[in-house]
Amino acid sequence: MEVFVVSLLNGLVYGMLLFMLASGLTLIFSMMGVLNFAHASVYMLGAYFAYTISLYVGFWPALILAPLLCGLIGAAIEMWGLRRVHRHGHVAELLLTFGLALIIEKVVQMTWGLLPVPYRIPELLDFPLFRVYGTQFPAYRAFMLLISALMFGAIWLGLRRTRVGLVIQAALTHPEMASALGHNVPRIFTLVFAAGTALAGLAGVIGGNYQVTEPAMAFTMGPIVFVVVVFGGLGSLTGCFIASIFMGLIQTFAVVFDVSLADLLAQFGIAVTASTPFAEVLNVTLPRIGALLPFLLMVLILVFRPRGLMGTRDT
Amino acid sequence: MTLLRRNWPWLVALAVLLAFPFLFYDWTRGRHSGFALTLMSEIGVMAIFALSYNMLLGQAGLLSFGHAVLFGLGAYCAAHTVNLVKAGTIWLPTELVPLAGGLGGLFFGFVLGWLVTKQRATAFAMITLGLGELVSAAALMFMGFFGGEGGITIDRVMDTSLLGVRYTSPWQVYCLVLGWAFVAAVLMRLQMQTPLGRMANATRDNFERAQFVGYDPRRVRWMQFTLAGFFAGVGGGLYVMIYEIVTFDTVSAVKSANALLAVYIGGAGAFFGPVLGTIVVVLLQSGVSLLSNAWLLYVGVLFIVMVMYAPVGLAGLIGMHAPLWRTGRLRELLLPYLRALPPALMLFLGFVLLVELTSFTTIGAAQGKRFAIGGQTIDTTSPLPWAIAVAALGVGAFWLRREAHAFRLRWDALMEDAKRQAGAP
Repeated sequence: MEVFVVSLLNGLVYGMLLFMLASGLTLIFSMMGVLNFAHASVYMLGAYFAYTISLYVGFWPALILAPLLCGLIGAAIEMWGLRRVHRHGHVAELLLTFGLALIIEKVVQMTWGLLPVPYRIPELLDFPLFRVYGTQFPAYRAFMLLISALMFGAIWLGLRRTRVGLVIQAALTHPEMASALGHNVPRIFTLVFAAGTALAGLAGVIGGNYQVTEPAMAFTMGPIVFVVVVFGGLGSLTGCFIASIFMGLIQTFAVVFDVSLADLLAQFGIAVTASTPFAEVLNVTLPRIGALLPFLLMVLILVFRPRGLMGTRDT
Repeated sequence: MTLLRRNWPWLVALAVLLAFPFLFYDWTRGRHSGFALTLMSEIGVMAIFALSYNMLLGQAGLLSFGHAVLFGLGAYCAAHTVNLVKAGTIWLPTELVPLAGGLGGLFFGFVLGWLVTKQRATAFAMITLGLGELVSAAALMFMGFFGGEGGITIDRVMDTSLLGVRYTSPWQVYCLVLGWAFVAAVLMRLQMQTPLGRMANATRDNFERAQFVGYDPRRVRWMQFTLAGFFAGVGGGLYVMIYEIVTFDTVSAVKSANALLAVYIGGAGAFFGPVLGTIVVVLLQSGVSLLSNAWLLYVGVLFIVMVMYAPVGLAGLIGMHAPLWRTGRLRELLLPYLRALPPALMLFLGFVLLVELTSFTTIGAAQGKRFAIGGQTIDTTSPLPWAIAVAALGVGAFWLRREAHAFRLRWDALMEDAKRQAGAP
């Protein structure tokens, strides 16, 4: 029970972090059809910006400034990069962001060095909030949950209750029609792209000190965020939310349960020995393949249900 | 005879490539330069890999992020085959080891292809990305086939050679690579003209119409994917023969990305584009990485410049000059090119200086290296070199913009003339 509650909480924190990244990506992807490979790179940039800013003026201004900087970078990418290659089709756009991801990783290495930087949790939040069955739950994780929940609420209200949100929703499903009605769709694209990257930056600010701020963090996070977006389905923020939490929980729980297929077969009275065919596959324990599960799920869902969990159209 | 007359460039290329290593031949000691030969063998292998990648991207319009899976699995199959031959379990000539890799690639291309080719476009790209991650993680997990982090090692010196060659020297290996690369390139070129190759083009351009004509686009994709797997596997088999080891990074995303970079920089539209791109990427990778920490940044920037300004790639850029070549007015472009050269050079040098300064203040300093040009050490903390770099970058960019405008006017005028001349008679 103890393991279950602790894993549930940790999975929730990780899932919400995933959601902060994936929500921006899913908006960009469903609207412009661009799978932004540089999204996780901006997440990394957010963490590094926050680290540098917090060295001078502290963590709290960084919480505002770093996402703003990331949003500006996003707007620049959209206006001078994506819009230019747009006429060459989606593949060119995808390749552009792919190249940007390479460059950003290298620039980060060159600016902040190859080793992790000591980006730490602010002292104000560095205490255990409560205990579950003797395990401490840090206040910072609660803060992460709070920020991401606030953000989810803000996006939800923004999309449902404001005029801009309505136009975005219209452009999300019917870009040509929204454009024909006189809305400036390219400007909405820039806005959404900037907002999406700013969200990724915010995720970087609060995720960078929860995980490790290092040049490889974009590479480890990027593919998982893709999985979440594809799994949740195009054009659906709710699907994205469910997928994020689901992936967070899967990844955390997979580490906890030390079982393998061989154990499962043993329940039915089939013993797996070294001579059994595929013995190696059957003997692999769940924690070892935990990192694989999201990709397995993504491949399966793309093959059998390409529109994802709650998507409105095919990928 | 007509075959020879039409295909002489292929034979010339083969002869040139066979003679090329002798440029680096050490006549005083009477032996080949090992570095040059290994580099050229690497280019040969990666060229096959890039060409097979272009069977998907260029011919069928399928953007794959996991092509290295087929390359790597082919390499593993070849490595196991060599070890079986060594153990005496099976008999196979040394020269046919890459074929074993190819058959491995064919098998996995067929099996995995069933899964991935159910979708096209972005969904295809995502499935291959996921598959690539799956296989590279599995490579570290299953010791039996992949050998874990240590990989599978082989000894390529076997007694089963058909030609009586033992492949102990890099020169012999280079000849093997060249032979297989030539055969693979010819086969891939011929495949483009088969009905399958043509239908792959059709499904790329308009898969709905291809359906109306009566073809199943999915089957076309599947067969194309399987064949691409075969050639990638041949590349993998040659890789094993060169390095005598295969590890999990042959299936990694980095390897797949390399193929994508090579194909796109070289140009996916022309058959030899990927080869051109491979030469550029491998030379940057092996040559520049000796001098600079930032080679990946240069490749990335080159890639972005190509995506933004020249999506046809290097081969496409060269091909654009063909009408002028035919009308014999190519030399009129010489002056505009010469005029654009100084600002381009200035921009390039400014950029390189800026990158290297940054790289040496952080990574270089951490490794205890100093920035030196021609024996002259440059102090990366003083503002002067930075100012020079930024100035060169700014002025170069501004100047190049103006020259590019003038160049464009001249180009358009020449093209207009060429078109009129071609239309007149």
